[in-house]
Amino acid sequence: MSAFSAIGDGQPTDQDDYTPELEPQATWCPGCGDFGVLKALKGAAEELGKSPEEMLLCTGIGCSGKLNSYFDSYGFHTIHGRSLPVARAAKLANPGVEVIAAGGDGDGYGIGGNHFMHTARENHDMTYIVFNNEIFGLTKGQTSPTSPKGHKSKTQPSGSAKEPLRPLSLSLNAGASYVARTAAVNPNQAKEIIIEAMEHDGFAHVDFLTQCPTWNKDAKQYVPYIDVNDSDDYEFDKTDRREAADMMAETENALHEGKVLTGRYYVDKDRMSYTEEKQAIGEMPEEPLAERYFHDSYEWERSADLFLDKHK
Amino acid sequence: MTDNEFIWRIAGGSGDGIASTSQNFAKALMRSGLDVFTHRHYPSRIRGGHTYTEVRAAAEPVKSRGDGYNFLLALGDSFARNPQEDAYYGNEEIKPLSENLDELREGGVIVYDSGLLDASEIEDFDARVEENNWHVYDIDLRNMARDVGREVMRNTAGVGVTCALAGIDLHWIEELMSDAMPEKILEPNLEILNKAHDMVVEEYDVDANDVTVPEGSHDEEQVLMSGSDAIAYGSLDEGCRFIAGYPMTPWTEVFTIMCQNLPEVGGISEQVEDEIAAAALAVGASHAGAKAMSGSSGGGFALMSEPLGLAEMTETPVVLIEAMRAGPSTGMPTKPEQADLEHVLYTSQGDSQRVVFAPGTVEEAYTQTRRAFQIAYEYQIPAIVLYDQKLGGELVSLPASHFDEEPNPSLGSTLTEAELEEAPHDDSGKYSRFQHDVEDGVSPRSIPGQKGGRFLATGNEHTPEGHIAETTSNRVAQMDRRTEKLEAISADLAAQDETHQTHYGPDEATYGLMTFGSQQGTVEEAVDMLNEQGHSVKALGVSDMAPYPVDEVSEFIESVDEVLVVEMNASAQFRGLTQKELGKYGEKLSSLLKYNGNPFEPLDIVEGFKTTIIEGGELSSNKTKFVPAAGD
Repeated sequence: MSAFSAIGDGQPTDQDDYTPELEPQATWCPGCGDFGVLKALKGAAEELGKSPEEMLLCTGIGCSGKLNSYFDSYGFHTIHGRSLPVARAAKLANPGVEVIAAGGDGDGYGIGGNHFMHTARENHDMTYIVFNNEIFGLTKGQTSPTSPKGHKSKTQPSGSAKEPLRPLSLSLNAGASYVARTAAVNPNQAKEIIIEAMEHDGFAHVDFLTQCPTWNKDAKQYVPYIDVNDSDDYEFDKTDRREAADMMAETENALHEGKVLTGRYYVDKDRMSYTEEKQAIGEMPEEPLAERYFHDSYEWERSADLFLDKHK
Repeated sequence: MTDNEFIWRIAGGSGDGIASTSQNFAKALMRSGLDVFTHRHYPSRIRGGHTYTEVRAAAEPVKSRGDGYNFLLALGDSFARNPQEDAYYGNEEIKPLSENLDELREGGVIVYDSGLLDASEIEDFDARVEENNWHVYDIDLRNMARDVGREVMRNTAGVGVTCALAGIDLHWIEELMSDAMPEKILEPNLEILNKAHDMVVEEYDVDANDVTVPEGSHDEEQVLMSGSDAIAYGSLDEGCRFIAGYPMTPWTEVFTIMCQNLPEVGGISEQVEDEIAAAALAVGASHAGAKAMSGSSGGGFALMSEPLGLAEMTETPVVLIEAMRAGPSTGMPTKPEQADLEHVLYTSQGDSQRVVFAPGTVEEAYTQTRRAFQIAYEYQIPAIVLYDQKLGGELVSLPASHFDEEPNPSLGSTLTEAELEEAPHDDSGKYSRFQHDVEDGVSPRSIPGQKGGRFLATGNEHTPEGHIAETTSNRVAQMDRRTEKLEAISADLAAQDETHQTHYGPDEATYGLMTFGSQQGTVEEAVDMLNEQGHSVKALGVSDMAPYPVDEVSEFIESVDEVLVVEMNASAQFRGLTQKELGKYGEKLSSLLKYNGNPFEPLDIVEGFKTTIIEGGELSSNKTKFVPAAGD
């Protein structure tokens, strides 16, 4: 019997189950795109029948990190940029847990960029939502890794001399097996994409455009948006790496010209998840590691029996 | 310490197989009934560069490297990159012979490979040989090895020569080689071993020198173990099945042993992008219900500062290993030092809430790593095992029974689902994971996936349910509770049958030596030598760095007139910690420091003590440094 009976218990849920009693109203600024992520996540979790206690939501630091306070589940509000290493280890220790990581563009593409690349490369079976508002919000409006070139802020008084980072292209090149972009202003698509990301058996990266009405008025509201999967103007095969790469590049170029392209850009369903890869080489137990500590009958190995002979 | 000891130094270049040859040789001597202790000296290079290993063997217990040595096997550096004397690194090829003469004792034996080395290149070689009454054997080991097969086997030829000259029965070596070597290379190695041995017996008078291997016997079965082995096995026996790391000398040894052994016990090892990730993974795995560890050396551990603080604030159990090497910065990567003590105690923002153990011996490395896991999981706190390149790499013979222990896979203060049903929750059903008023400050945790256990872990200050909060009363209550855990741990450690501190020497002694970590065995040998010379000295080796064993150390200091604190760093960090924790004794504690890249030898301490404490004089070399007590 599992020591973690919340996992896969199949109990029906509704959105209120994910709303904490203590802080039901989020304190983000009125009109903030972060509300859109919260709503999409609640909707996806409800639709997939995930109980709050089989979910672990790991966040970083920033406005996005407050997601944990308004989404009731197991939560780990980590440190700036480090949600991914915490999240992926939890997945390794107990693969049955539905692991979702979330953070902002500074958190995920800046300070935590190294972890982003490597977690994507390893293809852990988890969802990573990046609240991309092209600005540092909580620290009051500094230029972020995705801010457009020339962006002026208190710390870049003459405008940024840097090209913005290309999150979708980076994700694809690093090795993510599901890459999508959605926007807070597009709640239906956002929910559908989060559902797909959670169902995907591998690292699913969702670049979530979240308008910041307080510090990034230039970015408007990310409207009008175009779904590249639905529009006749765009034709590409999202299972083809090269075509996906071209579509991503076009999307990244278009954003700062006022054209908001969204949709699923890359989906690779054949690639094994990291857990499967490790099990295939014999470096990952079949039964979740965390279960072992709750089994009274498990016979724990002794180093004296296994390893001492070679020292004699 | 004994007069009847054999200290064999095998010297060559990095990549010449010095480490494996010396390890096999040490094990053969252990099997013959002797106690052995090894000391490694090597550069931060893959190929070439002077390296040596000492194997010290005696019938009585050996706890340290010796003072000097008495048998040199100089193989020559076959990867020497520049044989010119005016090159930056000097003439590297000759170094295995030239660099090792200063420490060779009078009457010692030199065997060198005349196939690679030409002693006439060393100035005054003959004069020094005569002056020191050394016995020199120039033997073309390389040629001998070529004749049988491969040049690399000159190591084995050298071992054969050693056995002939030092009176070691060849069967100990043959038996070991048969266990350690694959069939293909075993035969030619056995052949060259015997050939070299017989040649020496035939052509030389093997009784002409006085350096022989003593005879000994063990009452029980022995194992040859390093500090790194002991840390790894201690972790495995505590049920640790998850490690994340990034390679860095000398921590890499523990990481490697764990990575190689974990698959066999259904565990998970992860080599990740950097040390920030490594520590964060260990925190994540532990949070999700595994016993987890990570570790690094100085620079890598610096990157772990933030995840370490996160573990403190979220009260996530985790064990981190810190293998010290000479700093600052990249420092001297392969040389031992004990200068990360303050780094490990205080790194990460805010008031530190952690446990730090610095084992003094290989046995203690095993037991204290186990204790580190027990404390970490029982009290939900990070526990750090602090050691150094010396303890990690030295091989010591020990009774196998020391490691014949039962596993302890307990997750400590963690609830089951049944227990969670009875536990306090808030109105919305969140489990009160961080309750204010709990025994010893420990509020039991739940694990993601458990029904009835959901809560928020956060690096922010938080309420009992984990919600971010900055109210003053909650802040004080939570901070006081976390601090209370340290007081409980301190009491817990003091109440153990045996504390982690090691007392040595006569109770009634007039003077004291104090040290921490890996210098313990060397200090003990110095105590023996000093008492034999008529001085009255005892020693205290301290392992509990945090919480600090205030009463035990105070009692020790009170019981003697003066204390000399011995440590491998330049700023007397351990003495500083002691004075900070005890709040006095500044006038009673002086320091003997060594930070030249080599660990203390017993005589460094003996001479240092006599010159400074007894005679009030000044040290004559810069090998060690004396820092007097306040007011002196």
